[in-house]
Amino acid sequence: MDLVKSVEGAYMKQDRPEFSPGDTVRVHVKVVEGGRERIQVFEGVVIAKKSGGLSETFTVRRVSYGVGVERTFLLNSPRVDKVEVVRKGRVRRAKLYYMRQLTGKAARIKEKR
Amino acid sequence: MRKAILGKKIGMTQIFSDEGHAIPVTVVKAGPCVVVQKRSLEKDGYSAICVGFEDMKVTRANKAQKGYFGKLPLKRFVREFRLDDAEQYQVGQEIKADVFQPGDIVDVTGTSKGKGFAGGIKRWNFKRGPMAHGSKYHRGPGSLQSRDASRVFKGRKLPGRLGGERVTTQALKVVGVDAERDVILIRGSIPGPKGSLVAIKSSVKAK
Repeated sequence: MDLVKSVEGAYMKQDRPEFSPGDTVRVHVKVVEGGRERIQVFEGVVIAKKSGGLSETFTVRRVSYGVGVERTFLLNSPRVDKVEVVRKGRVRRAKLYYMRQLTGKAARIKEKR
Repeated sequence: MRKAILGKKIGMTQIFSDEGHAIPVTVVKAGPCVVVQKRSLEKDGYSAICVGFEDMKVTRANKAQKGYFGKLPLKRFVREFRLDDAEQYQVGQEIKADVFQPGDIVDVTGTSKGKGFAGGIKRWNFKRGPMAHGSKYHRGPGSLQSRDASRVFKGRKLPGRLGGERVTTQALKVVGVDAERDVILIRGSIPGPKGSLVAIKSSVKAK
């Protein structure tokens, strides 16, 4: 199994972005558009993190124009340029799937201090 | 030129391509192998090389094995590969993972995972009957033959042993090679459980 780890090691990001579920983040994603590469920002609340070594993913949810949008990113993907933490949230569980049911005032997350 | 090597399936993971795509890969510990014997057209009627893989303790070897290997290092597994250019190999020559380059198309042969005694649905992709609404027919094999035949024809698909047989997956792509760690990364899945012996050959489909 350690051989699998050593293969993965070469692709792991050195500066692992630190954030946890409940945080509001700005994810800078590299997008290739017509042969040109540019950076797109996706801002929202982290509602889940799934461990898995190199395959570690996190899901960001935002509500845009009244429609809930969720994007799942591979944490170690070179396409994910950087993850900025805008706001630290205080939550009591690891997976915030209940946020999908909530809108408006109920969908707020208290800030951690 | 066709190439071949023996290896051990280690497990699966994913890596990222230069474009940032995630590629599913199987990690294989391939080699170092040793050519232990050669088959020639004149002597054996066909040309092939016998390749040994994985070191074996001297105390584990029986007399026949000691005699077979002679001065060569003892190996646990020996498999034959039919190659057209077997003459180019010398007995005692080492085959390492770097015989393959990223981009090569290979066939991988292994022993598939044993599933035990499996029913028709798992083994032959039969459809199942309704599970509810008064149905008493769930996962059975259905009708075996017509009434006129009065017998079951040979080859009828029925439940039985599944898996644990030799399987070759063709036309897989090599995405990474590390000769230092004896590692070959193959795109997609390969037959068999982790830790099982696999044979990697240049694909018959490669052009």
